[in-house]
Amino acid sequence: MSGVVEGRTGPWEMVIGLEIHAQVTSKAKLFSGAATAFGAEPNTQVSLVDAAMPGMLPVINGYCVEQAVRTGLALGAEIKLFSVFDRKNYFYPDLPAGYQISQFSQPVVGHGTVVIDLKDGSTREIGITRLHMEMDAGKSVHDLRADATHVDLNRSGVALMEIVSEPDIRSPEEAGAYVRKLRSILRYVGTCDGNMEEGSLRCDVNISMRRPGEAYGTRAEIKNVNSVRYMMKAIEYEAERQVEILEDGGSVALETRLFDARTSTTRAMRSKEEAHDYRYFPDPDLLPLELDAAWVESLRAGLPELPDAKKARFIEQFGLSPYDAGVLVAEQDSAAFFEAVAAGHDGKLAANWVTGDLFGALKKAGLGIGQSPVSVDRLGGLIERIQDNTISGRIAKEVFEIMFESGRDADTVIAEKGLKQVTDVGAIEAVVDQVIADNPDKTAEFRGGKDKLMGWFVGQVMKASKVKANPQMANQVLAKKLKG
Amino acid sequence: MSALTDLTLAEARAGLDKREYSAVELTRAHIAAVEAARPLNAVVAETFDRALAGAAASDQRLGAGEAGLLEGVPLGIKDLFCTEGVRSQACSHILDGFKPTYESTVTRKLWAAGALMIGKTNMDEFAMGSSNMTSHEGPAINPWRRSGDNRQLVPGGSSGGSAAAVAARLCLGATGTDTGGSIRQPAAFCGLVGLKPTYGRCSRWGIIAFASSLDQAGPLTRTVRDAALMLRAMAGHDAKDSTSVDTPVPDYAAALGQGVKGMRIGIPAEYRVDGMPDEIEALWRKGADWLKAAGAEPVEITLPHTKYALPTYYIVAPAEASSNLARYDGVRYGLRLKGEDLRDMYAKTRAAGFGQEVRRRVLIGTYVLSAGYYDAYYLQAQKVRSVIARDFKQAFESVDLVLTPTAPSAAFAIGEKMDDPIAMYLNDVFTVPASLAGLPAISVPAGLSADGLPLGLHLIGKPFDEETVLRAAETLEEAAAFRAKPAWLEDGGAP
Repeated sequence: MSGVVEGRTGPWEMVIGLEIHAQVTSKAKLFSGAATAFGAEPNTQVSLVDAAMPGMLPVINGYCVEQAVRTGLALGAEIKLFSVFDRKNYFYPDLPAGYQISQFSQPVVGHGTVVIDLKDGSTREIGITRLHMEMDAGKSVHDLRADATHVDLNRSGVALMEIVSEPDIRSPEEAGAYVRKLRSILRYVGTCDGNMEEGSLRCDVNISMRRPGEAYGTRAEIKNVNSVRYMMKAIEYEAERQVEILEDGGSVALETRLFDARTSTTRAMRSKEEAHDYRYFPDPDLLPLELDAAWVESLRAGLPELPDAKKARFIEQFGLSPYDAGVLVAEQDSAAFFEAVAAGHDGKLAANWVTGDLFGALKKAGLGIGQSPVSVDRLGGLIERIQDNTISGRIAKEVFEIMFESGRDADTVIAEKGLKQVTDVGAIEAVVDQVIADNPDKTAEFRGGKDKLMGWFVGQVMKASKVKANPQMANQVLAKKLKG
Repeated sequence: MSALTDLTLAEARAGLDKREYSAVELTRAHIAAVEAARPLNAVVAETFDRALAGAAASDQRLGAGEAGLLEGVPLGIKDLFCTEGVRSQACSHILDGFKPTYESTVTRKLWAAGALMIGKTNMDEFAMGSSNMTSHEGPAINPWRRSGDNRQLVPGGSSGGSAAAVAARLCLGATGTDTGGSIRQPAAFCGLVGLKPTYGRCSRWGIIAFASSLDQAGPLTRTVRDAALMLRAMAGHDAKDSTSVDTPVPDYAAALGQGVKGMRIGIPAEYRVDGMPDEIEALWRKGADWLKAAGAEPVEITLPHTKYALPTYYIVAPAEASSNLARYDGVRYGLRLKGEDLRDMYAKTRAAGFGQEVRRRVLIGTYVLSAGYYDAYYLQAQKVRSVIARDFKQAFESVDLVLTPTAPSAAFAIGEKMDDPIAMYLNDVFTVPASLAGLPAISVPAGLSADGLPLGLHLIGKPFDEETVLRAAETLEEAAAFRAKPAWLEDGGAP
């Protein structure tokens, strides 16, 4: 779906902003020393602070601050040397203190930019409004008993970074590209594992519709989208829903809606009357966060090469297309794998093999790049045999498949299966002679001027040689003999 | 009262060192006093077995020459401090049955110094009050009486039970907490020394929060030296409290005995409030004269924004309280009333669990933080607070200390001022500014009112300069030679 909905009365444009909650990769919580491992037994990772026992006080986890600042730097954003933790007050059983500690008016990270990569190889800049740190709430479990709600506080106090985008996104594809890019950056700097299934990356969508070029309309906020695919579906549904309302002369309600993955629809979650007054105020238990500029600079200097820079370098250094470069840099490990394969080989060929056959086989086998049965060296070895004409590209695919399944190296597979390319002119001439002799009609047609038959002849030669004939040589010999 | 309970903390400590009596004997004497004083309702949980077991251990350490600073000293602990395995309920119905699995940093340090807990003391619910009348356990009774008048008086608040207990010789000292005057005002009402240290001097970890940016623990004792000893044990940086300050804890007692020669004492014009009784004003003048006679120089100063302190305090403190008390929701501990649904459970639990004054402050606090009111109230109050702190900062460029009365009146009777919250709040008019500025301040018993009740003088010092505060307090203490004893003791313990 493009970003424009063609209504009965004309086109409507989507205006989308995303709020991403990214769980900081940290062994301890934001304000307590309790553990954060996913999947622990309920209420086994809860400190006195997380349970808001009387007299307990939060203490900021410096490592989480470092991770937030590094993320801000990776987003090219302004790092605020002075920021404040506020209390967001509301009552709920999985919020033990009755307030969430967050950053409201003075977040630690200000304006930044994410460059998204689109399918056609083009890019767009999406503004980041801010990034702030906050603690997660616990989890309410309503379905264990009919007459009671159970509360699991393992997540209570886990460090989150809320990353808020500007309303710069214009289509579901762009939204998907934005989340994927942000996730890629987070993984590069190692500040969030980006796992949406486990909830370490959560996404709230703000969407409104407008006539192209006109002022923004009223937005709805969609929660509970826990995959990129669901987010795109939620946007598609919500856009259609809002257009229908608007075209019927109605107005969109400013409300929070819940995405239902089963039906791919959204439904109102909280009405306006229930809107909270969170009574934000600076948390008096915590001092303002003051960062040292030199420390921030040292973090900046320690950042890895980020996806955009790596992509530009791959295009420049290896002559890759922007699309291939984008695919390769999405994951740091893939980029590193590619770069290792490309060392000493043709970069484009390496890119084709990594993004094509290797990624395809890994996906089919459900494996990550780190578990690839074909190592960097072995894929390099295969590419070498293509480059030195030992095998053709087509045979190479066959060799690769065997390598992937057996874990053996290219030379062994080629030798065992006798797949070495025939480059002996005499042997090829014999095959060509045979093909000409077997097909007098076609030979006559070719000689009568039907040049297009050349391809057919090459095919016959390859077939007769069991695809082992060097294709260039087969061409040359055929051309000489047919015309001769 | 026995000879042992009438000792000061420092005297008792010296006697223990000389083995004139054992810690167990000292503790038994105080246990007997607590038992005899139950009508005062100063102690809401008696921990005699624990005190005696601790005393036996203290005697061993005293014998082995390993005694701590407060070895074998029985103390009262305000019910606001979380004490492991012992009720810690802030004298609120909503914390019914709450026994923490942890020990507050301040009490942990006291026990590490060898002190013993004889019981948890009564207080205004969640430290909200100046009379001890808001306690769910009923009011503590001031051991003092007006001459010729047998009406029961309030001990002040919120640390009223601690003050009543120390004044009635039930313990050698007690912990209090001070948010707007909750140590100093009851100390003044009960003829005691009450010290509120600099904000950040004592850890707040494990103290049930009222207003986080103001709460500070401190000692209530019968002498300035005793306060110096207790503070030394209570104070210190705590990594678990981000607002505690990492600065060395001096030997406060060592600073005593040096007098005030050459000190400049600020007398702020703005503290002459309308309707202040003449005897309070006269005592204030006397205090300045005493310090002058000891070689200090009283100086008229101005703290121009003083009149805004009380309204500022009654915005900031309830705002923080409304949020701090949100955790008492019936879900995890304390009182829970059944409700038809979640909201109903919250509403019923909190309506039943909080007393009227706590509900009033939660409502005020919720209001001043609400959208549309935040800027006019909370934000404005924060600005005024910094202006008040600046007043002091400027004053301290030319003076070493500020001298004021502690409270605008002596202790009042139970039932008086009860229907007028504003009159009650006015009790804090002299103590609140130092709280807002986070400054150390002490109340010293300095004389008696015409009807025979103790009155206190109040010294405010520079941040983390408790030593100078204590030195001058000692000078006032010596000059005032306050020897009067509460009726409770004179009558031989009859209520």
